[in-house]
Amino acid sequence: MLTKAAYFIKKIVGVLLTIFLVLTFNFYIFRILPGNPFALLFRGAGMSSEVIRDLNTQFGLDQPLWMQYLIYLRNTASGNWGISYQTRTPVWDIILPSLSNTLVLLVVAAVISITAGILIGILLAWRRGTKIDVTASAMTLVVYSMPTFWLGLMLLFVGVIYFGLPVSGMESLRGATEGVFVQLQDRMRHMILPLLTLVLGLTGQYVLVMKGALLDVFTEDFMVTARAKGISNRKLLWDHGFRNGVLPMVTLVALNLGLAFGGAVQTETVFSWPGIGLLIYRAILSRDYPVLQGCFLIVAVAVISANFVADMVYPLLDPRVRTQ
Amino acid sequence: MLNVDGLRVHYKTGQGLLKAVDGVSFSLQKGEIVGIVGESGCGKTTVALSLVRLLPPVARILGGKVMLHDNNILTATEEQMRLVRWRKISMIFQGALNSLNPVLPVKEQIAEAIEAHEHLSEKELDERIDGLFKAVGLDVSRKNNFPHEFSGGMKQRVMIAMALACNPEIVIADEPTTALDLIVQYQILELIRDLRRKLQLSMILITHDLSVVAEICDKVVIMYAGKVVECGEICQIFEKPKHPYTRALIWSIPKMESEKTELHFISGSMPDLTGEVPACRFFGRCPHGQRICGEVEPPVENVEPNHVTSCHFWRETAK
Amino acid sequence: MTSDMIEMQSETEDSARHVYLKVLSGFWSSYRRNPMGIIGVGILVFFIAAALLAPYATSYDPTQVFISDILQPPSWNHPFGTNEAGQDLYSQVLYGSRASLIVGFTAALIAATLGTLLGITAGYFGGLVRELLLRLTDFFIVIPTLVLMIVLASVLGPSLSSVILSIGLVGWTGTARVVMSQTLSVKERAFVESSRSAGAGDFYILRSHILPNVMPVVFAQTVLVVANSILYEAVLTFLGLGNPNQITWGQILQFAFVSGAITTSWWYALSPGLSIMLVVLGFFLTGYSLDEIFNPRVRKI
Repeated sequence: MLTKAAYFIKKIVGVLLTIFLVLTFNFYIFRILPGNPFALLFRGAGMSSEVIRDLNTQFGLDQPLWMQYLIYLRNTASGNWGISYQTRTPVWDIILPSLSNTLVLLVVAAVISITAGILIGILLAWRRGTKIDVTASAMTLVVYSMPTFWLGLMLLFVGVIYFGLPVSGMESLRGATEGVFVQLQDRMRHMILPLLTLVLGLTGQYVLVMKGALLDVFTEDFMVTARAKGISNRKLLWDHGFRNGVLPMVTLVALNLGLAFGGAVQTETVFSWPGIGLLIYRAILSRDYPVLQGCFLIVAVAVISANFVADMVYPLLDPRVRTQ
Repeated sequence: MLNVDGLRVHYKTGQGLLKAVDGVSFSLQKGEIVGIVGESGCGKTTVALSLVRLLPPVARILGGKVMLHDNNILTATEEQMRLVRWRKISMIFQGALNSLNPVLPVKEQIAEAIEAHEHLSEKELDERIDGLFKAVGLDVSRKNNFPHEFSGGMKQRVMIAMALACNPEIVIADEPTTALDLIVQYQILELIRDLRRKLQLSMILITHDLSVVAEICDKVVIMYAGKVVECGEICQIFEKPKHPYTRALIWSIPKMESEKTELHFISGSMPDLTGEVPACRFFGRCPHGQRICGEVEPPVENVEPNHVTSCHFWRETAK
Repeated sequence: MTSDMIEMQSETEDSARHVYLKVLSGFWSSYRRNPMGIIGVGILVFFIAAALLAPYATSYDPTQVFISDILQPPSWNHPFGTNEAGQDLYSQVLYGSRASLIVGFTAALIAATLGTLLGITAGYFGGLVRELLLRLTDFFIVIPTLVLMIVLASVLGPSLSSVILSIGLVGWTGTARVVMSQTLSVKERAFVESSRSAGAGDFYILRSHILPNVMPVVFAQTVLVVANSILYEAVLTFLGLGNPNQITWGQILQFAFVSGAITTSWWYALSPGLSIMLVVLGFFLTGYSLDEIFNPRVRKI
């Protein structure tokens, strides 16, 4: 068993290594494009030779590839993530606000779906084999078989036509002039459909895992011991059942973070929610590689960090993986 | 003190009704250790769980009585059972396996057993647990450790300490030494013997290992395929076994003193308890079996005081 | 014969031929018992038949334009309605099933092959090779799958082959993990030991012992991979990374979205989406049933 410090350091090193691999991958993958990708930067408006020379030095376009790689690393670390083809503004300035919009959506969706997953999972484990269980499990499988964006499209149609919900975006234009409360309400109305899409997509898996984990726990030997001791049902379910059953859930949530971003990309595209996902979609359409590169990096780092946090949290819940 | 009379338990399985326990009777006096012996699947664990009504939902208690003093456990309500469990009858499971909750410190697991039945102050609780730890030979400083930090033998001691936490009248030990290596087995048996002496424990010891029974039991109940085939005092069983199955069991224990000959074992296996079973369950594996054994259930007969067996031919087959 | 010799004989019999026969004969009887699996296979048979028989199931060409029938709801002439170009959606969905299924199968094939190769290598050869492969697998698992596929597909240029490659090159991790654990357990079994002590080389053992015992699990896993590949194909083409001239269900949905017809024409996105859902469901049901048979540790849902 490692000491706490050694474990922490080992994990940090792993994280840094992975981020480094991501950076390397990110750099080289965009260089396999035929032709000079930065030549595309100059399409449209003619540029003076000074500007061209300036860009060349900034990105080292006249240097050998490995040199460009180092320059890329240096630039990335210092916040220079390139210039968007489409808007000619620094990628960094575009990405940050988009990221926060995405995080708002994802965090709320995650909280709702995890809570719902746990509660419904407990219910289904309790009522195993009944109609509720079978129907819920079937429904989960059906929703899991749908592409997230299609679920969004269907919800968009129903939401707009039957409930008069906003078609797209994060806020209506007129909201900016009204009071905070109205603004908030407006934001929330815009958030309903994308949130619903994400939640429906994520909850099913959580339900199944929670239910499975609880059922597994119910058959464990220590549950018999606990019942033999004559403790209350509540203690039985909570201290013995839940606290063991929730462990696979934590692992799943960590594993799912990558998939959650995938869902976010689709959802934001459908609802034009101004987050990283929409940014990626627009970057695809306009071949805006610097933006794509920046988005990939930020999303990868986000997921890696979140996994790291989960790795740190898990030992708090499961004493078996703790250090001395 | 405890009287089991004609206990019958069936399990509902996918393949039909499994007659796990089919008319088991025995008694336990105060201060006695009764051993229930039999091979896997003979129903001994089912009997143990029935005594505290902890059977899984697929099990049905079909008949019989389990009298604890003057109360029938089988007809008690769940509320009444909660008062009986651990307080009157506690259980020791195989600690070396997963019988302890992995996410709770062992102190808490013992404490919750006590708190479910008594109101003690923080200090009294601590003292009681310390006392229990010392009694089973565990280091008190390890109370806050988790189960995975203990060895198999130590986990078994934790289970024993936990079982004694509420000063029960009866302790049921289900295979307490099975998953342990020989030296540790011996230590645990020593511990049990010691505790029995100090606390006047009454115990039911369930095992498949006849040699364990020989070590510490006063009385032995031999079970086969859901039935009691022989029951008596320890010396009677070992010196004058009357049932062919008992004799085969004893014969299969390798002895240090005898010459090196082949190992004896009982060929064949138990009948499938979901289907048709012969009247005497041992028919088919018994070297003395005759037609009547398959058709008429052997009655329970007295061999001598405190010694019963159920076999049609026990008189003739005795050496 | 002593029990030891009997054990060894039955172990050596688990060679390639025996495994194949055992698989085939025992397989159908256990699969048949599972209603989930039967429904799954039924759905698949239906869709594959529809894809193959497309020309017979519709008299229209999917690209045929009916000028007077732009954005029409389902009718007798056009059971699934028409799109904004006046094309018959029923024919499009029918013909589109071909590309969708082919992309799904091909991508899954690539992923399965990669995953099996890497999994067996990691499982059989330990040490540094296994460490490296484990790190590699972890890397791919941590990176958000869809975003990675998007990057790959956009760099390769929008086309169906980019989509296939992106999915295949990213989706191998599940198979690799399963194959690795299976390889590890097969490696420990007695007949491999006895083979090796008889002088068999690595390649022989891999081909005659490991591979046949790993294939059933790969098969079950691949069915699930196909399901996911079809889903990813739909997403990638929807996002515009496919070829607009090649009809797939995802492509139809892309047109539906981009044309802005979603909020007005409920039928447009319905049929392709439902088709995707049903096919994927079919593969999932089949895959889970297979998993239950080949992977006994899996508990029923």
